[in-house]
Amino acid sequence: MNIIEFRKTSKHFGPLKVLDEIDLTIATGEVVVLIGPSGSGKSTLLRCINGLEQITGGDLVMDGISVRAGKRQLRLIRQEAGMVFQQFNLFPQMTALENVAFGPRQVRGLSRAEARTLALGLLEKVGLAERAHHHPAQLSGGQQQRVAIARALAVQPKVMLFDEPTSALDPELKQEVLTVMRQLAQEGMTMVVVTHEIAFARQVGTRLIFMEHGKISVDGPPREVIDTPPSDRLKDFLQHV
Amino acid sequence: MQIDWSVIPSFLPQLAEGAAITIKITVIGLLGGLAIGTAGGLMRAFGGRVLNAVAFGYIELIRGTPIVVQVMFLYFAMPVLAGLRIDPMAAAILAITINAGAYIAEIVRGALLSISRGLVEAGLAIGLPHWKVLLHIVGPLAFRRLIPPLGNQFIVSLKDTSLFIVIGVGELTRTGQEIMAANFRAVEIWTAVAVIYLLLTGTMTVGLRIIEKRMRIL
Repeated sequence: MNIIEFRKTSKHFGPLKVLDEIDLTIATGEVVVLIGPSGSGKSTLLRCINGLEQITGGDLVMDGISVRAGKRQLRLIRQEAGMVFQQFNLFPQMTALENVAFGPRQVRGLSRAEARTLALGLLEKVGLAERAHHHPAQLSGGQQQRVAIARALAVQPKVMLFDEPTSALDPELKQEVLTVMRQLAQEGMTMVVVTHEIAFARQVGTRLIFMEHGKISVDGPPREVIDTPPSDRLKDFLQHV
Repeated sequence: MQIDWSVIPSFLPQLAEGAAITIKITVIGLLGGLAIGTAGGLMRAFGGRVLNAVAFGYIELIRGTPIVVQVMFLYFAMPVLAGLRIDPMAAAILAITINAGAYIAEIVRGALLSISRGLVEAGLAIGLPHWKVLLHIVGPLAFRRLIPPLGNQFIVSLKDTSLFIVIGVGELTRTGQEIMAANFRAVEIWTAVAVIYLLLTGTMTVGLRIIEKRMRIL
């Protein structure tokens, strides 16, 4: 079943065309890894899926709802598409537990006790149960990002969107985040991941997309595409990351 | 004339009455100013083109004119212009309200815009409507950043009430002048008046410090 459909989707920032009539269909259970040089439109593509960027041409359908259908529908899309950011963006005034419990309570209508139980379970899952009552400032970057993953999962989305989730982390801290993501993929979560982690793409991804100038230039199975790059541009790119 | 500090207790009751009026003008005026300032700041930060322009016009008008002119306008010009006659006390409170409101609006706008866009996006990405992001995430964070500049404005407004001597409100400074006109004890009276102002602003500072500590400024 297709969960995300780009239909000749374009995105302009003023005169600049960042996405150029993208056609892309993502099915439930896929782990799609987006790579490409900076400015190629990969983050924008991701951010269009949950409407953080407004598309300017074509259509984009997520879980059967068009991102152009209106504010209320956009909120429904966002409940089904959890997002993890490069800069974590945890709410600094809340503890880890409060960060995770906040979404289910506010948008899924769970009671305080239900949200708390759910949040504790998710913190346990990302290995941070004993850090539940710490504020973000008291956590390492890797821990913050794992809380952020738990926060996104707490709304019980059908898809998880990752926007360079390890780019702001030290090499050692990257691994703990990638481990959680790997586990999530194994559980069958549909994921779209913008990253520079080629090893992760090769090992965990079911599909690799290479973007250039707002277009998809390569789309295929990660192993194949990485081991025998079909274009010189991709070959060159892979040598430099 | 010999300086004689022992005369101070004799006019303290009168000064206390003046101080009470100063406090009344400041407290009511600042409550009004906070309401207007919050609305104005929200309009400036998140309002559409029209709301933003309205708030901007108001802020520029008030910041661009002296408070003495504003209160004279309210008290002497409004009756002529609109047939609205208000007593000096009401004019004083209104002047603090509209004056502090303009400055507080800019403080509120600054605090709201200082909250990182990423936090707003994180809230929206969960599926929250914009007003809930404002209420639960941006609001509480902005409030913490608001307190230090707000404290500054509170102190300025309190001292500005002394300018209402021009419309004859019996606040602290005016009271001091009335006493002096009767006994010419300038040093004793103005020292006492200054000390009372210091006590009032000092109390405000301590109060704000406590709130600041409680909120653990981020």
